Amino acid sequence: MVEQVPYINIAWLVPALPLLGFLITGLVYRRLKHNQAGIIASIMVVLSFLFSAALYFVLQASGKDSATVTLFNWIAIRNMNIPFALLIDHLSLTMMLIITGVGALIHIYSIGYMHGDDRVNSFFAQMNLFTFSMLLLVMGANYLVLFIGWEGVGLCSYLLIGFWFKNPAFNYAARKAFVMNRIGDLGFILGIILLFFTFKSVTFSDVFSQAATLQPGAPVITLITLFLLIGAVGKSAQIPLFTWLPDAMAGPTPVSALIHAATMVTAGIYMIARSSILYNLAPITLNIIIVIGLATALIAAIIGLKQNDIKKVLAYSTVSQLGYMFIALGLGAYSTAVFHVTTHAFFKALLFLGAGSVIHAMGGEQDIRKMGGLRKKMPFTYFTFLAATLAISGIPPFSGFFSKDLILSKAFEQNMIVYVLALGGALITCFYMFRLLYLVFFGEQRLAGAHPHESPRVMTIPLVILSVLSVFGGDSNFTTFLQSAVSSKVGEQISHSTEIGLILISLMFLGLVIWFAYRTFVKKAIIPAGDDQPMSYFGRLIYNKFYIDEIYIALFEKPFGYLSDFFFNKVENTVLDPVVDGVGTATSRLGTLVRRLQPGNMSFYLFAMVAGILLFIVFILII
Amino acid sequence: MVFLFYMLSAIMIISALLIVFNRNPINNVIFLIVCFIAMAGHYILLNAQFLAVVHIIVYTGAIMVLFLFVIMLLNLNKAIIPHKSRATRILAVITGGIFFLVLIAATRQTIEIHPRYPFTSDIGLVKEVGKTLFHEFLLPFEMSSALFISAMVGAIMFGKKDV
Amino acid sequence: MKEVSSAIQLIPLDHYIMLSVALFSIGLMGVLFRRNIIVILMCLELMFNSVNLLITAFSAYHSDPSGQIFVFFIMIVAAAEVAVGLSIVVMMKRNVESVDVNLLNRLRW
Repeated sequence: MVEQVPYINIAWLVPALPLLGFLITGLVYRRLKHNQAGIIASIMVVLSFLFSAALYFVLQASGKDSATVTLFNWIAIRNMNIPFALLIDHLSLTMMLIITGVGALIHIYSIGYMHGDDRVNSFFAQMNLFTFSMLLLVMGANYLVLFIGWEGVGLCSYLLIGFWFKNPAFNYAARKAFVMNRIGDLGFILGIILLFFTFKSVTFSDVFSQAATLQPGAPVITLITLFLLIGAVGKSAQIPLFTWLPDAMAGPTPVSALIHAATMVTAGIYMIARSSILYNLAPITLNIIIVIGLATALIAAIIGLKQNDIKKVLAYSTVSQLGYMFIALGLGAYSTAVFHVTTHAFFKALLFLGAGSVIHAMGGEQDIRKMGGLRKKMPFTYFTFLAATLAISGIPPFSGFFSKDLILSKAFEQNMIVYVLALGGALITCFYMFRLLYLVFFGEQRLAGAHPHESPRVMTIPLVILSVLSVFGGDSNFTTFLQSAVSSKVGEQISHSTEIGLILISLMFLGLVIWFAYRTFVKKAIIPAGDDQPMSYFGRLIYNKFYIDEIYIALFEKPFGYLSDFFFNKVENTVLDPVVDGVGTATSRLGTLVRRLQPGNMSFYLFAMVAGILLFIVFILII
Repeated sequence: MVFLFYMLSAIMIISALLIVFNRNPINNVIFLIVCFIAMAGHYILLNAQFLAVVHIIVYTGAIMVLFLFVIMLLNLNKAIIPHKSRATRILAVITGGIFFLVLIAATRQTIEIHPRYPFTSDIGLVKEVGKTLFHEFLLPFEMSSALFISAMVGAIMFGKKDV
Repeated sequence: MKEVSSAIQLIPLDHYIMLSVALFSIGLMGVLFRRNIIVILMCLELMFNSVNLLITAFSAYHSDPSGQIFVFFIMIVAAAEVAVGLSIVVMMKRNVESVDVNLLNRLRW
């Protein structure tokens, strides 16, 4: 960049404003009354959004594709030069707008949802801190600034999941999330180290320009991309590190919406999309990504079929959709993946917020077997939820249709098996989402004694805005917008007619599934059985999430527990404690011994004096 | 002359040993007086006439008499004098012996100092002592009177029944 | 006088040093050895005197008068010190009813 883009220096305001919000609400949180914390936090995020939009126009007006804003010289040791710089290009702008836009809506929604909680001020402080970290992640101009944001969102995720910390099960869930993230982080750090050793720099521009000179399939690139992939797998809840996300539903619903639907879990996808040049040089890793993404998408969707907690269903659908994004990444269609990130942010946030509205209305009840008939009582929630369900199922002209269809057509271009399996996953998705919709909103009200009412306007207005985005937010020209930032693989384009044919096939199957769901849950009004009813073997397998949690506990938690017990009982009690205590006892005994030197009687003192003088003289004589 | 020196030395050392090893304090005082007189003899051998006389007057005449008075006043006799344990006594003797040996060994490494002034034997005479005392050492001489005053005041204060 | 002057140089200085050291260590032995305060003070006087003898011997051999003046001052100080020391002994006898030095054992930690 020879000349700077004018006004680009306001870029630092975008992450700084939520940080300021965090500091204000975090430091004076005892004094803030009522809604003040929420209003301050929301205003900060809204301002961030406006500045991000301004940055978009600034970049557009300058005609450039990207701009770097260096804030200060961070690490400068000999040949390691890492400035603290922000990169503004189309990819980071997209993510910034999503984070601040959807984030602002969720903040406003939380003002209503968390009203009356006794720690509501710290809630908003933590949400702002999260927004700041996420913005730092997407705006970083090198891997290290990205990693700062990466760690920051991990921390905030832990804080927010375990927000109601009085319940030990919630604490366990928060710890689980953090530890699984950490496993991924280890891989990420190894990747960055290897990156630095290979390219002598971690700045994106340096790395990518140097990478172009390498041979595709070089082992070092494959290793780097694999390590980075491990990090993404941990953060974006892919197999095998996905069990933390359903448990993370222990946190308040806005947290699930912001962190586990719209933003944090997409950090992995953003990182891989950003490193698209590296991944294009490592076809082995790309294949691994496809496999992981497919497995995740299918397994999560199957588990979601039998879940009875409204938030758990949405959690598994998030994992499944993330699998789809990974499939897109693995196929080399990076901009498609980011497109799906955008639309998914809209409708998944909407789904979670709507679920929160339902939970709020039902007085905290989350089991869908006890809900029903909310269609008439909560019209706003129902219609927005319907819009989001249609979007996630891929019905045109909703936004989800465009992004999911693009993924399916790219899969069709490359590999038939992938296409068929992905299509199957899409159908399962549609089925369980409509199952959710029908069981919650249709039929008779099953919960006795509840008086569900529509949520207050501060909660419904964000729902409406998000639903508008879900409906009209899909624009396939979006991928060309991203073209300047990510280098997608250009495969052989399928002809237009084939594409129409694919769309028709998928629409047909989707229609069948929706009709089947309608028949099951509305006409026949079949309600899923309670927990104590006998289930078929396969049903039980799915209902218990394929026992993956139990396997992990047996494989990892129990041995570590034994190891730490061993260290505590054997090593600490028999070795370390006596040694430390022994030092103290030895000192005290030494003191007792030395105390005998001052008995008080004169003759001993005289004696000691004479002995001292003798030694002194001898010393002088010898030396 | 040399014989005189050795005899005086023998008297001194024997009486010193007897001081240390005798139980009766009165006997100790007597032996100390004998030792002092022998020392006065040594001073005269060295032609330090002024010092010899002052030594006899001050030490033997004043200080020993003081000791005797105090012993008399305190009414000490052999019965109530406690003794130290055997081990301590042996240790004390050994320490003294080692001290002696170490100091003797130290003197073997001394360097010969050549005298500053030409040799005269007159310096012990009262006239010479007086000259040096009132020329170079006048101030210490006068300050010693202050020392005596404070010693007197201190001794009297200690002796009072209620301070 | 001439005989005196030559007589002084007959006895070598080492003899005086040895004599003085012997007296000093005997006095030291007495200080460590005895439990009667008065006898300890007497042995202290013995040590003083041995030093006096040594300084006088040096002064005679090097014909330096300041040595003898110094001995004079030592005697002055010793006299004052004995006076005060003995009055302390009297006070001790009045308080503790004994002259055993081991009974003064309050000077500890």
